[in-house]
Amino acid sequence: MQNVLAILVPRADTVGRAEKEVMGAAQRLASQLNGQWAVALIAPRACALSRQVLVCGASKVFVVDHPELVEYSADPYLKALEGVVEVAHPHVCIFAGNSIGLELAPRLAYRMKSAMVIDCTELQGVSGGHVQITKPVYGGKAETILVAHNPPVTICLRPRSFEPLNAVSETTGEVHRLTIEIEPSLRRTKVIDRIVEESSDAKLEEARIIVSGGRGLGGPEGFLLLKELAELLGGAVGASRAACDAGWAPMSWQIGQTGKKVAPDLYIAVGISGASQHLVGITRAKTIVAINTDPKAPIFKVADIGVVEDYRSVIPVLIEELKQESSA
Amino acid sequence: MNIIVCLKQVPSRESILRVNADGTWVDEQDLSWEINEPDVYALEEALRLKERFGGEVIICSVGPARVQQAIREAFAKGADRGIHLNDPAFERLDAYNTARVIAEAIKGESYDLILTGLQSDDFGFAQTGVILAELLGIPHTTIVMEIHILDGKVKVKRELEAGWFQWIELPLPAVLTIQSGINHPRYATLKGIMGAKKKPIRTLGRDDLHLGEALLNLQQVEKVYIPQKTKETQLLEGSPEEVAAQLVEKLKHEAKVI
Repeated sequence: MQNVLAILVPRADTVGRAEKEVMGAAQRLASQLNGQWAVALIAPRACALSRQVLVCGASKVFVVDHPELVEYSADPYLKALEGVVEVAHPHVCIFAGNSIGLELAPRLAYRMKSAMVIDCTELQGVSGGHVQITKPVYGGKAETILVAHNPPVTICLRPRSFEPLNAVSETTGEVHRLTIEIEPSLRRTKVIDRIVEESSDAKLEEARIIVSGGRGLGGPEGFLLLKELAELLGGAVGASRAACDAGWAPMSWQIGQTGKKVAPDLYIAVGISGASQHLVGITRAKTIVAINTDPKAPIFKVADIGVVEDYRSVIPVLIEELKQESSA
Repeated sequence: MNIIVCLKQVPSRESILRVNADGTWVDEQDLSWEINEPDVYALEEALRLKERFGGEVIICSVGPARVQQAIREAFAKGADRGIHLNDPAFERLDAYNTARVIAEAIKGESYDLILTGLQSDDFGFAQTGVILAELLGIPHTTIVMEIHILDGKVKVKRELEAGWFQWIELPLPAVLTIQSGINHPRYATLKGIMGAKKKPIRTLGRDDLHLGEALLNLQQVEKVYIPQKTKETQLLEGSPEEVAAQLVEKLKHEAKVI
């Protein structure tokens, strides 16, 4: 019997897509391993949040609610997780691959003497109770399959690589509230402030549509056009590293190996040549449209639809066309 | 302020990868190598702190003889000395065991900060720095965008998702993993390159360290492969008006994404 633990550490007051992906991966892996899955929910007001977890069909939710957990900080959160692991005895722990998961997972893994793989894009339970973990390596030029022969195994998922678990009609799960001693002295790091920059931009990692620009835009003004197109489509604006390095777009827009990994339904790459460092950030995009004057640009090798044309002549017309469509 | 920078040498980004004969690793023979780019930003951050507060920048790197070139490159930019961990037993180690080797090697050092890139561009485990902090029993934080040194403490800005940032304070010593793009890394000067040859590198092998348990990876590489791309690109042709109309049509009715 294999136990899979979906570890949810939501930053906001809601169980979002990232958490539902973790539960989806945990549920499917548990069924491949003929095992059980459970949820560990560590958050401020975790008890109230647990309802959102139960409606996704979890049968067991371990909850830790403690004054020390009000603001996220690695040390007290790890202590809480250690407490859950002691009770749940998981063979596999699954985290979301966000800033919190990437910080907590390796340390929990270390404390459990667990194997640990980050940026997992596929999980497969195989006979013998092993887990095969697929992840991209070498900037997406290759992939690897890793196997841990001894449990436990800890995994961080690449965002938007797994189907989220959606609400079920009947909830039958139960909540186990754990009391764990968390000393205030554990908290070695102190959170001073939390700030948001460019809050008006849609979240790139969660955007359904992204219009992205590269060096081929020829200057920062090109992004104004992309922004107009993105707004019209209800999407976000991204950029290649070359465009960010040139100062045409803020660093937070950067997509690729050193930037964000995105997974939109539609990715429109404008003036982006498609270096492998950029492509690794968009491997999970469903439909890729490339607009570029160079027919030999590598972006055309991964694009579903290609337009060999200057964006300055195509995009304004495209914007007009979309405006007419929406008013019709 | 003494700072240890953990550097990894990885295949250069322009490398064409070939999988080795048994399909479990890349063929390293024809590769050219460079310092892992995220670590270049960590090195630059360390050099800037040294310029402001004095002290030493110590490079620590695990790998075969070729790694000395990466250490010398860091020397040329201004690092002071190096620790090179070279032993056949250190090859293909996972992040946990790499961190164990580094933790043992720096035991006698006095340091205020350990900096490393967020992850490596080859296997991208993104854990070595974090586990190192656990092994050393010191605090750490990841995805660091800005560093301010205070009295016995460090204040850092870290990047969260969706445009959110956090300012946090940690007591020193601490491990920080650095986000790429936080600075503009310098180039080595000619003087630096000349001086780099004279700076000391201490080479340590397994028998020089007190590792205790054997270096056994917690997970094994079963397979490495080059994914095959099967996409067929439809090229749209015509006047800009025709192209735009076709594009809207396809996105609406074929791809169904708008």
